[in-house]
Parts: sequence; structure tokens; C-alpha cells
Amino acid sequence: MRYLPTSDAIRQEMLDEIGLSSADELFASIPHDCRLERPLHIPTGRAEADIIAWFQQAARDNAPGFTSFLGAGAYQHFRPTHLDNLIGRGEWFTAYTPYQPEISQGTLQSIFEFQTMICQLTGQEVANAGMYDGSTALNEACLMAARITGREGLVVARSVHPQYRQVLATLTRNRHFPIAEIGYSKDGRIDLTALRAAVTDATAAVAIQSPNFFGTIEDWNAAAEIAHAHGALLVAVIADPVSLGVLPPPAAADIVAMELQGFGIPVGFGGPYAGILACREKFVRQIPGRLVGEAHDSEGRRGFVLTLSTREQHIRREKATSNICTNQALCALMASIFMATYGKQGLRELAEQNHAKAAYLAQACAQAGLDVLFPAPRFHEFVVKLPRPLAQLEPELYRNQLIPGLPLTRDYPELGEALLVCATEIIPRERLDRLVSVLSHV
Amino acid sequence: MAYPSNYRYTKEHEWVAPNGKTAKVGISDFAQNQLGDIVFVELPAVGAELKAGDALGTVESVKAVSEVYAPIAGKVKAINDELAKKPELLNQDPQGAAWMVEMELSDPADVNKLMDAPAYEKFVAEAAH
Repeated sequence: MRYLPTSDAIRQEMLDEIGLSSADELFASIPHDCRLERPLHIPTGRAEADIIAWFQQAARDNAPGFTSFLGAGAYQHFRPTHLDNLIGRGEWFTAYTPYQPEISQGTLQSIFEFQTMICQLTGQEVANAGMYDGSTALNEACLMAARITGREGLVVARSVHPQYRQVLATLTRNRHFPIAEIGYSKDGRIDLTALRAAVTDATAAVAIQSPNFFGTIEDWNAAAEIAHAHGALLVAVIADPVSLGVLPPPAAADIVAMELQGFGIPVGFGGPYAGILACREKFVRQIPGRLVGEAHDSEGRRGFVLTLSTREQHIRREKATSNICTNQALCALMASIFMATYGKQGLRELAEQNHAKAAYLAQACAQAGLDVLFPAPRFHEFVVKLPRPLAQLEPELYRNQLIPGLPLTRDYPELGEALLVCATEIIPRERLDRLVSVLSHV
Repeated sequence: MAYPSNYRYTKEHEWVAPNGKTAKVGISDFAQNQLGDIVFVELPAVGAELKAGDALGTVESVKAVSEVYAPIAGKVKAINDELAKKPELLNQDPQGAAWMVEMELSDPADVNKLMDAPAYEKFVAEAAH
């Protein structure tokens, strides 16, 4: 497809063809007060060299050379070079929704492989073709649980990503679902006693994140037991899929809502991300979005089709369970290539490296006299108390080209001057040591 | 297959088997035949109050998805759980074992407004042309 603007001559030709003399005549049915009667406020054309220079300057404003310890749902992992080469191929890059299997076998097969790998990774039986992102996947999982159980009560851990919880509150606002938030205990995990007290026979879903927002690892089985004792479903939230390289899959969960950004999707101003939704097979009729299934043609040859999608984009749109079910398929493909590249063993090693870096950093912080909160086992993030307000430390941190992590004062003011620190495999040891020295010696 | 003479029928191909104040409801042999192999049946919640014409459930076959409508007003007293496990029962015995819901009728006399078996047979024969 070519993206060339039409010329005045072509526009006149088109008007002539339909028997009109001007564009004004074409838009005559639009009331005058609804029309923009002036040119758009956009800059005029610029030379290619100027544009390149502009973007290069903007890239320098991103503070290259800085080491970032920011995680909190957006993780910097190494992206294998072939990722962008593969997804840049025209077959993937321009592909649209694969409605017609006869011309979409490649796209359909890639989605089928994606679903298969997600099931293997999460210990679930069914995964869809992807969701918009992790936060909306959590919302869809909760709505799904409400449909399955016929109940509306939601019990959500306060250690679930604060922004995921905000999205959930926004998207369920008009459904008036009662949402109970369960606090965390001193070790950084959900308060199981409070959870036990909050789950009732009116609870549709219990949503728990692990590793949770503080980086500590929750006990899926204990949460599942509490939820299931009241006929509620356990929704497992996972913010970084890399954690599944070392942590057991949430097999006790009924629905898994996960963010895939950590699998090769670059961090870029909050998007694009890709979510996943996986569940038990018995709930397959209630999972929103698209599913790709394996099929065989009349000669027995293997093929792939969109299946079990009667509620969504095909036959009965009015019965759709969701209208934000689709991710950017290219992001799901990126994650698939990432998973296929690392493989089972590679993913394990990657996760071990992440864990080792964070464990080293947390230990170094503690040895330097900093107060590391929450002693429960962690993955690649932890919370550290700062000896003085972050603002006072910032000049020295920036001189050392360090972005130390996410201050928790906004979302968890009760923790005081606490910082959520993330160390992934890409951060060299020298930078870990530098952070500790700046945080502890200013 | 014959249409039982003690049943009543709708133009949407549901049947009603009245039994005093209650009635079983299902889809006709003609309907299952038109749908082909049925793979999924969705039924309402027990206790649901339905008006005549309200959506009662969904029947999905390999080639189509169809709503099933309440032929008559009433309250859902029981649903046929067997259909969740064996949707193919609707192909095998649509007018017997594959009843879908049992309703408590708001007004049992409403049944008389529906087609009787000879009228339905004629309706189906005309629809086939």
C-alpha cells in the first residue's frame, strides 16, 4: 500500500466523477458550526535532515548512559537483536486480523504457538490470542469470574500493582462491583488472616499478584485454598513473565492475567504493552478475545483457524463479553519470538540472573546500613527505606547517572521514604555497587 | 420425527410440554435438524423470571449460533444439567430427554395461544419451501 497524498488535480477528478464542483459541496450536509473553517495548526513540512536531527536531540533528552532501577511493571530486559528484524518483515508488520484462514495461516500459526507457550508457562489449559495489557487483563479476568460464579464481589490484594487496581476500579465503576482490598503483612506478602476474613460466599474472585508489587513472592496455593473454600475463583496476576523462569507456574489459579512486556517488548513511554489471559479449559466459553485452534482440511492437512469466537468479532457482536480484547498482535509475536529464542533452559538462566542481581543489591544495601523492608523471598525487586528524602539524594544520584527506582510515597505513604528498586540482568555489578554507595553515603 | 400432539409450538421452533402449572421447554426436531451438530448449550439461571419472547438460552452448533426464546411467561424452575455435559443430546432426542428448562407458568392458559402439533407441522412444511 502506498501512502501518497492526493493532488489538487486528482481531487478535482474525483469530484467531477461524482458530479460535484467543490469539496464544500461534498460536505454540505455537515452543519457549518461543526466544521473547522481554518487550516490545522500543524507545522509545515521540514527537510528530512532537520527531522532526523530533531529526533536525535529528543533521544539525547532520554538521558542515555543513565542506569535505571525502575521496574514496577515496566522492565528493562535484554532484547535479542533478531527480534526487530523478524517482526519487521512485511508479512507480520502489515498483517491485519486473521479472519480468513485461507490467507492467514502464518499469522494464525504464530498465535497458536503463542497460546501454546503461554499455557506451558502458566500451567493453564487455555490461553487466548492476547489482551490489551496486564491491567486490562486483570479487569477481564475479574469480569470473567463474575460471569462464571454469578457473583460480583472482588477481593484484591493491596500488593497488586496500584495502577492495575486503578484500572480495575475504573472499568468496574459502572457495574458497582464491591471491591475489598487486603493489606500486606510485615513480611511483604498478603495478610492471609485478613484475606480469610474478607472472602465470602458473595466473592467472585480473589486477585493476587506474585511477585507482588514489592517484589515478594506470594503463596498461590494458600490463596487458592481460601478462595475455593467459598466457591470463588483465584485470579493470578503476573507483572513480569520472566519471573516464571524460576518460579512455579500459578497452576492453582483459575484465571491468569499477565503482562508480557518483559518478554522483548521495549519500554517506551508506557506502551505498547501486551497482556495475556489464560484459564482452565472448563471456562473456555467465558474467556474474552480470540482463540486460535488447530484444524484439519478435507485431505487431513494441518491448519489453523479462529475458533470458539462466536461471541466476539464474528457472528454475535452484541453478545461480546469485552470490547478491549485485542492486543497489538505484533507485541504478542515479539513475546513469542523472545520465548522461542530463550527456550525453557534459557528462560530459567535469565530469571536466575535477574534474581541474583536483585539479591546481591538487596544484601549490599542491608550491609551498607540501609533498611531493606519485607523479608519474604523476592524475585528481582525489593523495597528499601531511604535515610533521608529522595529529593536530597537526587543531585548526587544524577551526577552518577543513576535513576534509583520508584518512590512509593504516592501509592504507599505509610511506608515513608521508601523506594521500589528493580535490578535486571542488564545492569552491571559496578552500577549496583555505585547505587548502594550513593544511597548510603550522601 | 413426529411432533408430539400434547406439545405446543412457536414460530421460533421451541416446544412447550404443559403439565398443569409447569411446563418443560425445548427446541423442535426441525430446529435441531436445521442447526446440525450441536456443540454447546447455554441455559438460564434457576429462578430467572422470563416474559414470552425473552432470550432463554443459546444453542451453538458447528455452523450456527441461535438464541432460544421463552415461548411463554414464567419462572425457571429447573434446568437440564445433562445438556452441559452432552449437548449432542439435543440432536438425538430434542423433544424428549433434551428438554432445556422447566418453567412455572405465570398463566397456564397462555399455552393455548401457541400452535398445536398439526398447525406447527403445517408451518414447518411451508417454511421448508
